[in-house]
Amino acid sequence: MHAGIIFFLVILGSILFHIFTPWYWTDIASNWKGMDDTITLTFWVGGGVFIAVCLFMIYCVFKYSYKEDRKAEYKPEDKKLEKILTVATTLGVAALLAPGLIIWNQYVNVPKNSIEIDVMAWQWGWQYRLPGKDGKLGTTKVVNINDDNPFGINLDDPYGRDDVMVQSDIINLENNRPVKILLRSVDVLHNWYVPQFRAKMDAVPGVVTFYWFEPNKVGEYEVLCAEYCGVGHYAMRGGVEVQDPNSYQEWLEEQETFSDLLAKQNKEIETKNFAKNNSNIEKVIYKEEK
Amino acid sequence: MSDEYENKSGYQAQSSEALTGSAGSTPDMDYVRPAELPEQDLYHGHTFITKWVFCQDAKVIGVQYFLTAVFTGVVGLILSWLMRLQLGFPGLAGFITAEHYYQFVTMHGMIMVVYFLTALFLGGFGNYLIPLMVGARDMVFPYVNMLSFWMFFVAVAVLMASFFVPGGPTGAGWTLYPPQTILEGTPGSGMGILLMLISLALFVIGFTMGGLNYMITVLQARTRGMTLMRMPLTVWGIFTATVLAMLAFPALLVSAIMMTLDKVIGTSFFMPTILKAGEVLEYGGGSPILFQHLFWFFGHPEVYIVALPAFGIVSDLISVHARKNIFGYRMMVWAIVGIGALSFFVWAHHMYVSGMNPWFGFFFATTTLIIAVPTAMKVYNWILTLWRGNIRINTVMLWCLGFIVTFVNGGITGIFLGNVSVDVPLSDTYFVVAHFHMVMGIAPVMVIMGAVYHWFPLITGRFLNETLGKWHFWTTFLGAYSIYFPMHYLGFIGVPRRYYEMYDSPYMTSAVGMNEFISTAAFLVGAAQFFLIFNVIKTLKTGERAPKNPWKANSLEWHTSTQPPEHGNFGERLPVVHRWPYDFSVPGAKDDFIPQTTPPSEVAHTKVEKT
Repeated sequence: MHAGIIFFLVILGSILFHIFTPWYWTDIASNWKGMDDTITLTFWVGGGVFIAVCLFMIYCVFKYSYKEDRKAEYKPEDKKLEKILTVATTLGVAALLAPGLIIWNQYVNVPKNSIEIDVMAWQWGWQYRLPGKDGKLGTTKVVNINDDNPFGINLDDPYGRDDVMVQSDIINLENNRPVKILLRSVDVLHNWYVPQFRAKMDAVPGVVTFYWFEPNKVGEYEVLCAEYCGVGHYAMRGGVEVQDPNSYQEWLEEQETFSDLLAKQNKEIETKNFAKNNSNIEKVIYKEEK
Repeated sequence: MSDEYENKSGYQAQSSEALTGSAGSTPDMDYVRPAELPEQDLYHGHTFITKWVFCQDAKVIGVQYFLTAVFTGVVGLILSWLMRLQLGFPGLAGFITAEHYYQFVTMHGMIMVVYFLTALFLGGFGNYLIPLMVGARDMVFPYVNMLSFWMFFVAVAVLMASFFVPGGPTGAGWTLYPPQTILEGTPGSGMGILLMLISLALFVIGFTMGGLNYMITVLQARTRGMTLMRMPLTVWGIFTATVLAMLAFPALLVSAIMMTLDKVIGTSFFMPTILKAGEVLEYGGGSPILFQHLFWFFGHPEVYIVALPAFGIVSDLISVHARKNIFGYRMMVWAIVGIGALSFFVWAHHMYVSGMNPWFGFFFATTTLIIAVPTAMKVYNWILTLWRGNIRINTVMLWCLGFIVTFVNGGITGIFLGNVSVDVPLSDTYFVVAHFHMVMGIAPVMVIMGAVYHWFPLITGRFLNETLGKWHFWTTFLGAYSIYFPMHYLGFIGVPRRYYEMYDSPYMTSAVGMNEFISTAAFLVGAAQFFLIFNVIKTLKTGERAPKNPWKANSLEWHTSTQPPEHGNFGERLPVVHRWPYDFSVPGAKDDFIPQTTPPSEVAHTKVEKT
């Protein structure tokens, strides 16, 4: 008896917790409301099954507790009942699967008008690259990466010259414009995840992965690494600022392009050459000390 | 040497002894075809070492496996305490650095999944129960069986040794995803990971020796009359899980070997070109995703390697204590086999957001949700077994009921995660942690506990104390449920897993109170296991002695010549089986149970439907 009551309270408590919980979704800020809706649907169907199964179990505990003089029913099989249950379960599962697959189909098909963003991850940080006026990102190689070429852009790729480089862990996005996140990593697995956008995908060294979303709420969001990447994983945060188109354009124009950077470096190289004679003297002194 | 081989072939019955038996019964009704093979010779140890240490008796090996697995489980439990200490009360224990935290996470996961649950279900229950339940004197290869345990023991020793090497154990997460696993930046990327890989390889080798035994014993050493469709579901569950393990563990073994090569001699199976601290490493061309495919090709069947024995055992416990036949036995058997087969086609549902070709998502979401159907059928059949039963609400049954609640809960959240696009926001959050702990942590542990209370009288001849047992159950069940049920909601907020510290992200701070609550519950649940330890000690000293077949069960393990069963299990003659093990409450029968050994002539007047 007590057992049945406690189990009942557990189920009741679960339902009440679900209704009154202060811990639930962070407000959505992207187009992926369909994911939330599928979760809600799954909650109704799955939660209903959970409650029904548990209540039936509790009913059995109350009704059929051991009595010396009672004999249990002897009925090894009931083909009809088993068939009904199989068909009903299959239908229920199919009803949940269908919306899941439809949304996945949207998830893997990126809209044509989306802007591509190269998200580069390493232990432990992020930086971003946007296509320049030509609308295309230049190709990259891990071995090209150095201080003068922080994104490893192939120097002979004409598309790469005008790429906009955001050497910061915060990226700005234009509101209501789909973005295709192109993920790459130079060392281990990472995952660029903003809870409010719902979407995520691992960054895998050696390949470029992608996903897309359309931010639809102006504001600042935190980026979390969602794939374990070593001891600094928990501290690998970044930021996103979703802006209206005007402020976004303003921000974009302030950013440096790859050719800007190259020009700056050429200047620096000249200065360096100029200063070489001086530094040679220092080096000699250093060697002697060693 | 005191080696002594007994030849039991003299006892071979050439035809059914019942043929000449009582008048009034139909002559061929009790007939069971003669045995084709002579009985197995057993090695009887006489010294302490051969009897209790390097022992070839599957029952002793089972207990050895059980106790070793429980030892690793206690280590895993302590690690979980330390993790919860950090998560609930960050900074309180200053000695837990981020490195330590990730080492705890990794070792907890690997220990609990492989060294605790797998070893305990297959090595522990498998060894003890398979020969008894199918009516064999022992496993078919007792010597290999002994080696299997000692290989496991060495694997555990190597694993534990990794706590004491420079750099500590690996902190790569139990999934050991390269490249970070073997690169600096992950704790224990030197000795720690090597010992982990070696330990896993040893475990697989040891398990293969045991697994061959379980499979061949079930297929070849069943006693006369024990057809496959008369086997208890416990045996079906363990058998199918063993087949899965034999097919899945090689994938783990090869990935462990390949990763060792990447680590030690610099091959690039899983390592692409990597830039680390401004230097390009000497790797190139490998695929980190290949490792994930291999790992989950092992890892997903692994879930069912743990779950299927639990399914089988809980079916038997429910049936015995509800005094009712398991509902839909054939459906249950085919569900076990079907789930086992399907479990090899769903692995990439762990990888929806791994960067594999996204089109895989359609296939694996479909297969994953298909597997929900036979699983749901099993749940229906358990509760339909309770329906119109005569249910003893004892400790064993409570664990079974607790299993149903936690398993259904965890199964339902599995439908969230298996449904590809729903997985996108939830993967790598605490929703996943809550899901798999509920479904393959708590639920199987409920079954293990139920099985301990159920078979303890068989193994020791004494009942565990019921009052302590009930305290143990309620604290564990209510505590575990209040750890993992609210934890799902942390995942909805978006809190990622494997975070040493949450900091003050706006949507995370609201979870501080819940984390404190969960940690407190975790400390209590862990401590509640002392009820069991105390109960076992108390019972062994002063516990009530159990009569023979105390639960009035039908399966063969309760019908041995002595209780606890001796080496060789069944005395002079092997039992002959005439029916399935679920003839409870048969109309017309004197008792509410008919043991598997009862010939039809003795219960001719009853309305037995299934044999």
